Amino acid sequence: MTDHIETDVVIIGAGPVGLFAVFELGLLDIKCHLIDILPKVGGQCAELYPEKPIYDIPGFPMVTGQGLVDNLMAQIEPFHPTFHLNEMVESLESIGTPEAPRFRVKTSENGTTFECKAVIIAAGGGSFQPKKPPIDGIESYEGTGVYYAVRKMEMFRNKRVLIVGGGDSALDWTVNLQPIAKRLTLLHRRDAFRAAPHTVEKMRSLVASGDMDLHLGQVSALKGDAPVLEGAVIRKDDGSELRVDCDVMLPFFGLTMKLGPIADWGLNLHENLVPVDTEKFETNVPGIFAIGDINTYPGKLKLILSGFHEGALAAQKVHRYVYPEKKLLFQYTTSSTSLQKKLGVAA
Amino acid sequence: MGVIHVTDRAGQRHTLEAIEGWRVMEIIRDWGLPIEGLCGGACECATCHVFVDEQWLDKLYPPTEEEEDQLDTVVTKPNSRLSCQIIWTPELDGLEVTLAPTGN
Ligand SMILES: Cc1cc2nc3c(=O)[nH]c(=O)nc-3n(C[C@H](O)[C@H](O)[C@H](O)COP(=O)(O)OP(=O)(O)OC[C@H]3O[C@@H](n4cnc5c(N)ncnc54)[C@H](O)[C@@H]3O)c2cc1C
Ligand code: FES
Repeated sequence: MTDHIETDVVIIGAGPVGLFAVFELGLLDIKCHLIDILPKVGGQCAELYPEKPIYDIPGFPMVTGQGLVDNLMAQIEPFHPTFHLNEMVESLESIGTPEAPRFRVKTSENGTTFECKAVIIAAGGGSFQPKKPPIDGIESYEGTGVYYAVRKMEMFRNKRVLIVGGGDSALDWTVNLQPIAKRLTLLHRRDAFRAAPHTVEKMRSLVASGDMDLHLGQVSALKGDAPVLEGAVIRKDDGSELRVDCDVMLPFFGLTMKLGPIADWGLNLHENLVPVDTEKFETNVPGIFAIGDINTYPGKLKLILSGFHEGALAAQKVHRYVYPEKKLLFQYTTSSTSLQKKLGVAA
Repeated sequence: MGVIHVTDRAGQRHTLEAIEGWRVMEIIRDWGLPIEGLCGGACECATCHVFVDEQWLDKLYPPTEEEEDQLDTVVTKPNSRLSCQIIWTPELDGLEVTLAPTGN
């Protein structure tokens, strides 16, 4: 009976670079688990530009962000990596020696614990987190009057709710919370909404029937004795101000990337990036590697193709930690039957 | 050649030499002022949000629908623009912008 997951390698971040590392490790018989705070894999490609074309992936004259992620998922399928999504890696602790590294990795949400022989940080620009609007004193209401996500709808029953934003999250929560809220107000900067048309229509009909309020403008200040929120001051485009009484405010401004807990893991940092060597892409802590957008070294280019290369080289050194007794043989996937067996394509 | 004037978040005004064909975000970043430009100018992050001096607003191409959508993700003023969507040309010599605040 163990209370932790035992694996060879934990990969922090399931962006394109973390995904491809699974492939390079898999060819060397190294098993891994991937952790990402997002509910889906693909990092920036899937979250920021799924529909946009990429033109500089070798061998793909054009592929969309999501297309690349889908292809990477198909490519690593033979290695059956385990994904832990919606989980933030909170702590990374060394429990081995420099010669025989061993690490304990913990996530925040479900408190899952992993123990492994190497860690690959493929955290990109940091973890995706809700954008906090720059409103004076907003922090002092967080968790009591200001929420960036809805976990339990019941929390908002009979409350005066102010939702801010014009995208899918703002509109979905507007129509979902309106029936249980005491009064619901939606605030957006303009009279155009970038959300599913039927949800926008539903919102418009609720406004027309007087069952909720819609205002155009921006929050300029919060009112109430912190941590108790009582209202918000809204500034309209014409400069006039309006006060909306509310018990809770839910700003939905999309996601942004933050370095997050990585800063507390005892790694050297240079301007929020992790310095590595260019032979093994290992950090100052033996057994902890950093690949993709999160690392830095002389000449670094934040390109997907660089991250793929970094993963291939890091895997070579990881092999030495995972199989210290085994000699590593260099092989091509085109001609090695043993590699082809691992990929499930051997004749 | 020409210049742009950029007021940083501490209120200090900087005069930066501009390069034709560069995005205003790139000029500001190249000079080392704190503008993030996370998405590299792809209109996907709004971390290049600036306030444009009123007298310059009409001289810019109006924002595209894509830029308006991105502006929805920050706290705007009527003179908000994304600086990666403003390409610098000599007509913009003297352009005056202020870096918008960022949340924590
Ligand atoms: C609009 C746009 C266009 C681009 N176009 C190109 C292009 O044409 N060609 C090109 O090569 N590159 C392009 N890029 C850059 C490219 O997307 C990045 O280089 C690439 O995504 C980096 O991959 P990554 O796996 O290192 O990190 P990311 O894609 O940033 O993924 C990192 C993942 O790690 C997760 N994470 C971080 N910390 C934690 C933690 N503590 N716990 C849990 N999860 C965590 C994050 O949530 C994220 O999902 C573009 C980027 C953007 C934004
Ligand atoms: S740099 Fe990302 S939107 Fe301008």
